[in-house]
Amino acid sequence: MKQPFTYIGKDIKRIDLAEKAQGKVRYTDDTNIAGMLHAKLHTSTEAHANITEIDISKAWEIAGVHAIITGEDFPFPVGPMLADRPPLAIEKTRYYGEPIAIVVADTEQQAKRAAEQIQVTYEPLPIIQSPREAMKKDAITIHENLGSYKVQVEGVHAVPGTNIANHTKIRKGDIEQGWQQSEVMVESSFSFSPADHAALEPRVARVEILPNGKVMVTTSTQGPFYVKKLLSEFFQIDAGNIMVHTPFVGGAFGGKGTVQLEFLAYLASRATGGKLVRIANSREEDMVTSPVHIGLEATVKLGARSDGTLTAAHYEFLFDGGAYSDMGAGMSKAAAVDCTGPYKLEHVSCDSYCMYTNHPYATSFRGFGHPELTFVMERMMDLLAKKLNLDPIQLRLNNLIKPGDTTPTQVHLNASNIGDVRACLQQVKKSIQWDEGQRTKTTDGKIRTKGVAAFWKTSSTPSNATAGVLLTFNTDGSVNLNCAAVEIGQGTKTVLAQILAEKLQLDMNKIHVTIEVNTMYDPHQWKTVASSTTYLAGRAVIAAADDAIRQLLQIGSVALKCLPDDLAVGNGRIYLRDSPEYFIPIKDVATGYKYPNGNTVGGLIIGKGSHVVRHLTPIDPETGFGKPGPQWTVGAQAVEVEYDPTDCTYRILQAATALDAGKVINPIAARSQMRGGMYLGLSWASRETFVFDDQGKVLNPQFRTYDTLRLSEIPTYKVDFIETPLIDGPYGARGIGEYGVIGMAGALANSLSHAADAELTELPLIPELIWKTIKGEV
Amino acid sequence: MNHLPQTIQVQINGQVKTLMVRQAELFLDTLRNAGLTGAKPGCKNGDCGSCTILVDHIPIQACQLFSMEVMDKNIMTIEGLIDQTVQKAFEEKWALQCGYCTPGYILNAYALLQHHPNADEETMKQWLDSNICRCTGYQEIIDAVTLLIDRNEYHEHHS
Repeated sequence: MKQPFTYIGKDIKRIDLAEKAQGKVRYTDDTNIAGMLHAKLHTSTEAHANITEIDISKAWEIAGVHAIITGEDFPFPVGPMLADRPPLAIEKTRYYGEPIAIVVADTEQQAKRAAEQIQVTYEPLPIIQSPREAMKKDAITIHENLGSYKVQVEGVHAVPGTNIANHTKIRKGDIEQGWQQSEVMVESSFSFSPADHAALEPRVARVEILPNGKVMVTTSTQGPFYVKKLLSEFFQIDAGNIMVHTPFVGGAFGGKGTVQLEFLAYLASRATGGKLVRIANSREEDMVTSPVHIGLEATVKLGARSDGTLTAAHYEFLFDGGAYSDMGAGMSKAAAVDCTGPYKLEHVSCDSYCMYTNHPYATSFRGFGHPELTFVMERMMDLLAKKLNLDPIQLRLNNLIKPGDTTPTQVHLNASNIGDVRACLQQVKKSIQWDEGQRTKTTDGKIRTKGVAAFWKTSSTPSNATAGVLLTFNTDGSVNLNCAAVEIGQGTKTVLAQILAEKLQLDMNKIHVTIEVNTMYDPHQWKTVASSTTYLAGRAVIAAADDAIRQLLQIGSVALKCLPDDLAVGNGRIYLRDSPEYFIPIKDVATGYKYPNGNTVGGLIIGKGSHVVRHLTPIDPETGFGKPGPQWTVGAQAVEVEYDPTDCTYRILQAATALDAGKVINPIAARSQMRGGMYLGLSWASRETFVFDDQGKVLNPQFRTYDTLRLSEIPTYKVDFIETPLIDGPYGARGIGEYGVIGMAGALANSLSHAADAELTELPLIPELIWKTIKGEV
Repeated sequence: MNHLPQTIQVQINGQVKTLMVRQAELFLDTLRNAGLTGAKPGCKNGDCGSCTILVDHIPIQACQLFSMEVMDKNIMTIEGLIDQTVQKAFEEKWALQCGYCTPGYILNAYALLQHHPNADEETMKQWLDSNICRCTGYQEIIDAVTLLIDRNEYHEHHS
């Protein structure tokens, strides 16, 4: 059969490969500007303490200091969902590493030396190190004025007088009836501490305030327009006076989806009369002072009939949001709305809390609550399979969700808005050679086991998330694609160019994509998060291309003396459908068509398009009823380990993913996204965590002590795609960017639990944890 | 001892440069201030390899050197790797995503191939383990370097 697409579904080379391989691309901190000032933070040495005095006198003695800013200079809380965080701590500090003062100086060394001279006097307070402690009735409240904070986003329910920053409730069906139908029940608790995104490029921001009031921001972010929005709201600056420029971004993983350094750089610039000020995190600051990957304590109860049919489930998620809610309040909601994983359950209750603790505060992490909930749910499925003596894959197959079923927030699923999780699970079963045995012994006494996880995720986007695209034409007939989607490494700008190439039937090298983003020239876009860019910006590309084609046909009809309907666009030409030899090149009409006598008509062709998610609603505060996202991408993953029972060490041999991508737009790019996600998930699950001392201080804020999976330790990756089109997705495509991460912790924990014959309920899965679990000390 | 900036002479990418440096200045900062921003600060602690450069043909993290230490040494940065063989292999295998760790990896891989043109898998992994990539899952990087070894790209120049 003839392949119906020219560019979609093809291994098109990334457009940014050569520049990146040669080290030629410029990230935010790669431009040195003469006269630029440098800011450095003084951060808290205490995790929870009243600040009784900040003595900055010695800092002023350091040569080159221009300004010193403390919390009193801007005593107002900020935050994306709940405005609960002063940019600089005021009156008290709530986590180790919290910014207390900024010093601005001629050089970074001077700023650092001066920041070190600041003397802060603390009056220590009791420290809360776990969300369960934070939930206790007699726990000290970390935010005394919780009731006075401004709610920024509908659906955040803080509980004043407690440490609850957000409480999301799901009540579907009749849970009591569900328990009555249950012939078997399993219950277990799970936990893991906060960890980090650890993108290789530390966060960095620069701000200059021009004499005309314009605020010029350059920052490494996933949300240039989001930076603009929050700066405008919290500093009362007209949005039109804020320009945000985002050069290349050196990795993000959700950690650059919020706003922190931009606020500080703005305050620093303002304090120096508007001079250009740069603030760049050290690795240590990036890990601890800037927001982190959320922690969790969860308890789940699952009921089933004796044949394994799920009947009821109750979830209590206590997320460790740290000192401030930031996006943690959104992740706790996102985990609630998808709490069951991709399984049919009629009776569900879930209480998901974003808890304040004295840990560094959390923000979005690739998967947005789903790697976390999936670890919990997929361990529960294996516990149930064990109790029922059923094959873990068979138990899952018996309960998979499908069109006609409803989600925990009672969204009706149909053949478009959910993918085929059954096909994914069957594929992964094959990829990991499940039928050759879930557990085998090697001749040297090691144990090889396999573990599996099924998963789903909807986007939990705001109900007005949007993206836009502008197309302009060059005099050679090539097209410029302008869009505020941020290239964070995922290849989004290549994928958008492919969609445009397909629409215009134009060679890829005739499409010029602006990789950097500038909010003054690019149309508005919500953020580059939630695996939503191919969908939102992809639809905007299609709309913009349609707009440009309409104009091209109109001018073409004048030039070719026919009706617009007689014409089509392709190969850089406007041509007669039935006689393509009659054509006019796009280059001859793109900037106006000139008649032989010199008269010109048409003007510039400028294509515009936008897309906004539709029919999303906030969820009901009592039942969770509502629509949190446009569609559910589904998948299954499996991991094989080789475990050494003599010392509880293991090697990860294989990791497999099968994902329903709707339509794979670029197979190489999609596979590489999956592998990268699997790596991140395995690295997190197997070893990444912050280690806290009993004073709440992070002991390992460096790559030397914050262990990550290294090159020599990776498994063999296997990636397969299923394609169940999303009807309103661009060419049927679904979001895929985050999904490689989601099932890894669950699959690895299931595999290792089987190997060690011990039910592992914590992360990371280090040998010591396995050893302690075997000994019953967890 | 005075703390005023001092002048150093160093050969970078084949050119002798005279640079003013603070006595405590990291060579990584010196390079970047001189416009050679291909070396990236990822940790400034010798842990991530993003600032890897070649000092007398040996891969070293530029954050682990004081500028005063490189006087009269022969330095190569990504900007000076005119031979595009390694870069092309990274492009061919898509061994990068965000690109931030890439220059460090490419110089490390180049040095590996100079020293061990026929590196076995263990040697290759041992060398490449000194860098961190958070995007790719590492397989593509292994594939790119394996391709160079299999093609015997550097064997001729180095016996």
